[in-house]
Amino acid sequence: MRVSVITFPGSNCDHDAYEVFKSRAHDAKLIWHKDHDLEDPDLVILPGGFSYGDYLRCGALARFSPIVNEVLAFANRGGLVMGICNGFQILTETGLLPGTLLMNSDLKFICKHQFIRVETSNSPFSKGIEPGTILDIPIAHKEGNYFIDESGLNSLQDNDQVLFRYCDVQGEYQDNPNGAIDNIAGIINTKRNVLGMMPHPERAATDSVSSQDGRKIFQALERYFDGRN
Amino acid sequence: MLIAKIFVQLKPSVLDPQGKAVTNSLHNLGFNQVHETRISKYIEIRFDSNDKTETAKQVEKICDSLLANPNTETYHFELQEC
Repeated sequence: MRVSVITFPGSNCDHDAYEVFKSRAHDAKLIWHKDHDLEDPDLVILPGGFSYGDYLRCGALARFSPIVNEVLAFANRGGLVMGICNGFQILTETGLLPGTLLMNSDLKFICKHQFIRVETSNSPFSKGIEPGTILDIPIAHKEGNYFIDESGLNSLQDNDQVLFRYCDVQGEYQDNPNGAIDNIAGIINTKRNVLGMMPHPERAATDSVSSQDGRKIFQALERYFDGRN
Repeated sequence: MLIAKIFVQLKPSVLDPQGKAVTNSLHNLGFNQVHETRISKYIEIRFDSNDKTETAKQVEKICDSLLANPNTETYHFELQEC
């Protein structure tokens, strides 16, 4: 799989994502935000971090980096885009995903392990993962409180666009770390090629860390590509 | 020269946890009649122009394209000579 990881000024999870794909024998590249060429990827990663220092609103200024126009065109052609944490915030600012990430309800930066529940296997990012599977994936954000108006939420639910919800160890919706509406931790677009998620699967995908559950998401992407090619 | 004084506010339907925390602090200070606090952004932009009509159009475009997020925020502004 050819993977292009975008580096914005202030990105700090770009190398983590790059290393995870490299370690899984994919052709990964880091692409600078001022570039105009995505270099023909199968998958684009918008990584976590604090692009442009989170000035004005998280993700608001990154939306105007030159490479983002290429990401928009790529996504609109059906290309796979995965935004993690700050990447999710950027995707909502571009309009590729609906809703907004607001400040956490307790006003704190939260950095901890969190259980999330896979809600649908109907996406390239969750292909082959049984719905209801519980993953232990770290979160690290201050603006992760997903918000969308009522009609938008109904639309997400009706179209099976909620990919991950925060949950407790039993998979019950009792643990909501940031106040996100409907416990939403990750969503996809209606065409099912763009994912935004607050948790960091790239921080749970190597032997040196305590959870490897992030690998299930990367394995799902690999299953999707193996089936396609 | 014109100055645009722009206020960007969370929509009333959106919870404002910062405002809630400030309300709690004000109650702790004894301001018990404080019912609600909402935190907004205030932005000033100066323009090399004296054409209020044209500048107002530009400010609207600036707010719509960058300064306000239409999902959660509204804005209003004043234009003054400076």
